[in-house]
Amino acid sequence: MTAHGTPIQDLPPVPDEVIARIDKVQYEEEGGFPVEHGYIWTTCAAVENGNPLFWDDEVANELTDGPIAPPTMLSVWFRPHHWSPGRTEPAVPLQAHFDLKEDLDLSEAIISSNTNAFHEPVRIGDRVRSRQLLRSISEPKTTKLGRGRFWTIDVEYLNQDDVLLGVESYTAFGYRQPDGETDA
Amino acid sequence: MTGHRETIRLLFGDVSVDDVLPELSHQVTATTVVLGALASRDWRPMHHDRDFAIHRNGTKDIFLNTPNQAAWFERYVTDWTGPTGRLGRMIFRMNTSVFPNDTMRFTATVTDCSVDEVGCGWVDLNVDLMVDDVTATTCATRVALPLDDADNPWARRGDAWRP
Repeated sequence: MTAHGTPIQDLPPVPDEVIARIDKVQYEEEGGFPVEHGYIWTTCAAVENGNPLFWDDEVANELTDGPIAPPTMLSVWFRPHHWSPGRTEPAVPLQAHFDLKEDLDLSEAIISSNTNAFHEPVRIGDRVRSRQLLRSISEPKTTKLGRGRFWTIDVEYLNQDDVLLGVESYTAFGYRQPDGETDA
Repeated sequence: MTGHRETIRLLFGDVSVDDVLPELSHQVTATTVVLGALASRDWRPMHHDRDFAIHRNGTKDIFLNTPNQAAWFERYVTDWTGPTGRLGRMIFRMNTSVFPNDTMRFTATVTDCSVDEVGCGWVDLNVDLMVDDVTATTCATRVALPLDDADNPWARRGDAWRP
């Protein structure tokens, strides 16, 4: 029974091929363009961030040996363009997450928490590379959303010299809604 | 680009557990949401298309995306530390969405101050993004501060930086 009192079929076991993906590198890809100053200023302007580290070259030279990007822009550098030549389907960030939804037959999912760890600063001109690693899949759980599983996926970011720039860790809950209910 | 100079350079010794940061308040508009989404290269329509947000997502309007919220949290914390504050880690929990016409209030309390085994001074903060009296998002933040005027957390590399 679910939290709504509606009976649903219990979940099948996690397929072996999904378990085999744990801690394996997936979807290693390079960002579509080198890190550029214009995006940094646009982002700072969007949140009225006047940190001189991002606006004043003297401060950047003194503290960080030259301009850097705000750490929280880490994921910006690998987000795909809305369109690019030859692509017929929109690119999906965090593909490993969408794979799990399909492979575990869990039609709905939410990100329940997100941890970002910042390592070496991202610098102008860096080519940022990302790779996705499935870290864990839980036993079946029932929450107020429905019956499903939690999973954790790390996205690691590296620069052109293979130096770690940061890690984003996403914990998601994939679930089936009780019979007769669908998302809006 | 030059011209703007921030003078705040908070030191580790200036901070104590239970210190409360100055509050930041910002009136959210549709421009806030759209500009933040596009700056973070998030093209999903619920962050710029009101009809899509209402009729497909079932929300009352377009809403701030998570990467842009992260940028707001960073701005709030580094407004307090100055440019020598270096973010190490942020843990987000999203509770409710932030919409145009909301007034965001950022508040924070220092929960821990410690020096790690490689001599880096860390301050842990509980930061809340509030709308009215509801916590929309919480962000547990770990930021490194200089131990003295000669220290610079940004100079830490490799094993000397343990976020």
